[in-house]
Amino acid sequence: MTAVTTMPPTPAPAAKKKHRPRDTIAGWLFTAPMLVILGLFLVVPVGMALWVSFSDWTGRGSPFSSNVAFVGMNNYKDLVAGGGLAERDFGTSLRNNAWYVVLVVPIQTIVAIFLAVLVNRKVLKGRGFFRTAFYFPSVTSSVAITVLWLFLFGATGAVNKVLGFLGIHGPNWFQDPSGVVHNILGAFGITQGPTFLTDTNMLGLPLWDWLAGPSVAMSAFIIMAIFTTSGTFMLLFIAALQNLSGEVQEAAVIDGANGWQSFWYVTLPQLRPTVFTVVTLGVIGTWQVFDQIYTGTQGGPGKTTLTPAYLSYTSAFQSQEWGRGAAIAFVLFAIIVFFTLLQRLVLRERPLSRRHRRIYGGPAKGAGK
Amino acid sequence: MRRFTSRWLTSGAVAATLALTACSSGFSGTSDTDALTSSDKALTVMIGSSGDAETAAVNEAVAGWSASSGTKASVIVASDLNQQLSQGFAAKKPADVFYLSTDALAGYASNGSLLAYGDQLSNKDDFYPSLVKAFTYHGKFYCAPKDFATLQLIINTDMWSAAGLTDSDFPKTWDQLEAVSKKLTGNGHVGLGMGGEYFRIGAFMAQAGGNLMNEDSTKATANSDGNVKALDFTKQMLDGGQLKFAKDLGAGWGGEAFGKGLAAMTIEGNWITGAMKADYPNIKYQVVELPAGPAGKGTMQFSNCWGIAADSPNQAAALKLVEKLTSKSDQLAFGTAFGPMPSIKSAGDEWKSENPGLVPFFSAVDYAMSVPTVKGFGDVVTDFNGKLESLATADPKVILDDTQKNIEALLK
Repeated sequence: MTAVTTMPPTPAPAAKKKHRPRDTIAGWLFTAPMLVILGLFLVVPVGMALWVSFSDWTGRGSPFSSNVAFVGMNNYKDLVAGGGLAERDFGTSLRNNAWYVVLVVPIQTIVAIFLAVLVNRKVLKGRGFFRTAFYFPSVTSSVAITVLWLFLFGATGAVNKVLGFLGIHGPNWFQDPSGVVHNILGAFGITQGPTFLTDTNMLGLPLWDWLAGPSVAMSAFIIMAIFTTSGTFMLLFIAALQNLSGEVQEAAVIDGANGWQSFWYVTLPQLRPTVFTVVTLGVIGTWQVFDQIYTGTQGGPGKTTLTPAYLSYTSAFQSQEWGRGAAIAFVLFAIIVFFTLLQRLVLRERPLSRRHRRIYGGPAKGAGK
Repeated sequence: MRRFTSRWLTSGAVAATLALTACSSGFSGTSDTDALTSSDKALTVMIGSSGDAETAAVNEAVAGWSASSGTKASVIVASDLNQQLSQGFAAKKPADVFYLSTDALAGYASNGSLLAYGDQLSNKDDFYPSLVKAFTYHGKFYCAPKDFATLQLIINTDMWSAAGLTDSDFPKTWDQLEAVSKKLTGNGHVGLGMGGEYFRIGAFMAQAGGNLMNEDSTKATANSDGNVKALDFTKQMLDGGQLKFAKDLGAGWGGEAFGKGLAAMTIEGNWITGAMKADYPNIKYQVVELPAGPAGKGTMQFSNCWGIAADSPNQAAALKLVEKLTSKSDQLAFGTAFGPMPSIKSAGDEWKSENPGLVPFFSAVDYAMSVPTVKGFGDVVTDFNGKLESLATADPKVILDDTQKNIEALLK
């Protein structure tokens, strides 16, 4: 009830604004160029693509011309319930990319924190050199790195040579479509999944194939992603580490925390906002992986490096299925938004639980802010 | 199919009506065969070039036509041909004349981007019938074949004689191919190393009387007996160890495996000669016809054509340019510059006498089969290729049944 009674005063500030129209005009004027640019190059194309995903546009002429028809959810239906090649390809691409995300994001975040802590230590000599060295892969173009990777991980490439010295017969990396999880299970003699996994299909792909893990070829890309992006995120963590106050650290040391404890209980919780940023950027980046696939494998071997972003491109430009290509892009968009929100929920700032409050006796609300 | 045939029969009347109502729907633009657009606008020619030699040759030919006809024309070398063509079609400002591959034909033809001008070519009857068929979609001859390529057997002559084989041992049957492959395997190389995809293994399918679709691309024939036989034979050779796919030899394609001496024989097209000259000049080799299978001789043929855009403002001039580019003199000049085989019968003998070592490639024009033209076929081939990678451990019939289903879905 109090909310209702306090309602009337709220329009007051708006009314006040009306008395100063010149400010409003100036405000719009200053933002106008950016609004026009964003509208023209972002909102309109996204809107067009959204329309294409609901239309039967064939790629000739404007998608808004009179002979392009609205086909409802047909393009989306083909992807998730079509029962054909389109659905299976989409399922395969989601499977591949999901494994890529699941492996790349946590590992690159952990490696980035680890590197940041290492090069942030004042006792380390030549810190500048190491920072540059770790960051270097991030400034190199992904196409160049992919080409480098194709050589390194060739059948007779450097990686296999090194493995050879260790007595390991290396795989033919970029040509090997076998799933890593399947290979590990195979080493224990499990080559055929239980029937409830092999007979149940999701998006045209048996559950057993969903669990295949990244293919050996995709694993090479996973290693590459970790190699290239850890340096970028290391930089973010270094910046965050340098912002931390030394006093908290000293207090921890005086309280008798050892190195690991002070990192785990003192430093890491303070890095939470940076972890959120890094994981978010990581999830967005990894779900959109395209350049490596385009320059490297074009989805092969055995479609195990096919990703939704690349599938969207080939559906449109090679198969002339423009509606389907656009639909894939929007499903991908939805996936990314979903995971970003999920993470926000998981990593949000929580007030201390009653149990923790009892242990630490700290302030109950606004802790860590 | 029937729908399109009847449309074709009545196209004259339909086209006239549609032209009058100015309702340029996707189909009307292409069935409008009689009236070519004509203007004094300059032409753009978009090509996907294999290298400097090809670019220079096309540039020269187009410039020559431009000088004699008085119509300006410029050549654009695309870095990603399909993508740049698509952008042009979407913007309704496409290149006027462009390279077009058989697998891209169906997609662009079905959305009306292409002018079906084949029947208006003055040199129409000079083209090899199998090539005309390759560029016929829904009963319409769309575009003039630019040149063609076929697959044959390439033999490393040093390894051949080292294994005690002579010219009389060139394989004529599958059994002989398997026998010589066995003899040639050893000393760090396999007998036969080839690409493991449809565009190579398809040669065996042709020899067994199969292909993924029938000749008119109207029916899926992926799980036919011939195809099963072909894959069974390939699998048998893989199991025996005398055949390996290029990727398993650590090579990107058959030519690389062959050039690096990892394989004594390979199945490749005439483009291999360029690669051998540039990258592996020390390897001595000979081209022979592939062995005959259960259904006789067979191989695959690939071709590009000169597409003309339905939205081109100057189709009449574009047609004249294409006629010039497919003429005997131009095709022979291209042949000398970068090696393609001419698509017209009248240039055949001359090309053969100029390239005696490559005659087996040329002879295949009489019996080679083309890649089917149906929209979405590229996706099916990609899927099929993915499955062929694991042919050594898979059941050929299962692979072909899957592919059959995928093709049938395209025809619905």
